[in-house]
Amino acid sequence: MTQAPHLNRREVVTALLAGRSDLLVVAGLGATAWDVASVADHPLDFPLWGAMGGAAMVGLGLAFAQPSRKVLVITGDGEILMGMGSLATIAAQRPRNLRVVVMDNECYAETGLQRTHTAFGADIAAIALACGFPHARTAREADEIEPLREDIHQLDDLFLAVIKVAPTDYPKALPPRDGAYLKNRMRAALLGPQAVFE
Amino acid sequence: MRQNRSDLARHWAHDIYEVFRAQGVSMVSYVPDAGHVDLIKLCEADDRMRAVSLTSEEEGVAFAAGAYLGGKRAALLMQSSGVGNCINMLSLIKTCQLPFLTLVTMRGEFGEFNPWQIPMGQATPVVLSAMGLIVYRVDAPNEVRDVLEAAVSLAFGSYCGVAVLLSQRLIGTKRFVEEK
Repeated sequence: MTQAPHLNRREVVTALLAGRSDLLVVAGLGATAWDVASVADHPLDFPLWGAMGGAAMVGLGLAFAQPSRKVLVITGDGEILMGMGSLATIAAQRPRNLRVVVMDNECYAETGLQRTHTAFGADIAAIALACGFPHARTAREADEIEPLREDIHQLDDLFLAVIKVAPTDYPKALPPRDGAYLKNRMRAALLGPQAVFE
Repeated sequence: MRQNRSDLARHWAHDIYEVFRAQGVSMVSYVPDAGHVDLIKLCEADDRMRAVSLTSEEEGVAFAAGAYLGGKRAALLMQSSGVGNCINMLSLIKTCQLPFLTLVTMRGEFGEFNPWQIPMGQATPVVLSAMGLIVYRVDAPNEVRDVLEAAVSLAFGSYCGVAVLLSQRLIGTKRFVEEK
């Protein structure tokens, strides 16, 4: 019997984003977006407040548009389950600069802690491998986080990592919610100030 | 008489492809449809363009959003039956004022033989409008280029979602039974 997830998601996300330099981050809606915002409100972050199931594909578009930059999609188990087909789409393309991290608390924390399919055995890392991801793994312990951080920033290949985290509800750290602002802010930071005149 | 529209189909698909090239649309994502076959072939044969096959159409909405954030232009190719799969994902386009272009080959209208295509085909323009897209419809091959040029300019110049419906009359009604 596997131990219940115990990692602190805020500590994990803070560790993963340490030394992020020019990493581009797409954050899936809900707790993961709040985790990313709790570290910093960064112009190269695109936090989603909706579009559930779409985070990984936003990441794919960004990864293709910016092949020289690393793109991190960080999202929850509920969000990735809704867009599960996108794992097959992404694996078929194999963008070497895209990485997908799933913060798996085995429940829908925003809506009352109802259990997700991962609580009943759905294994997102195994699904990614079966879709054709060249690398995927599940982390459960604190000492697995630093190697994962290094892979996010350095590995020159597509991968997915599931991190089992405790279903604790932390104080909300909200990013800006004006989508047009988030879009223009990211484009200006990435493409230069002239991007908003295009 | 069975009508052969293949020459015509090649003609307008080339028009779309040329507008993509001229206006910097360098990525397409698609769930295939017989009406898009020539355009998909043209895009896949061009190594300056990237063509991405999807498992479901809403993936293409999110993909286009990401491409634009990174400074590139993408278009989504789908059949009308896929429009319903996109509804909630289109929130992204309206909320973020993102340029978005989709080309929808129509079923469930002009001469349709398959009753299962009717509900989504008939709802397609209504649903797209309800989600804030501007909807154009093309019935004649010689209108394709003009409408496409206007649609790309509108989407990327005015930061909005634009759908071009390629009507069943344009693409040719799918026939399941050979006519005598």
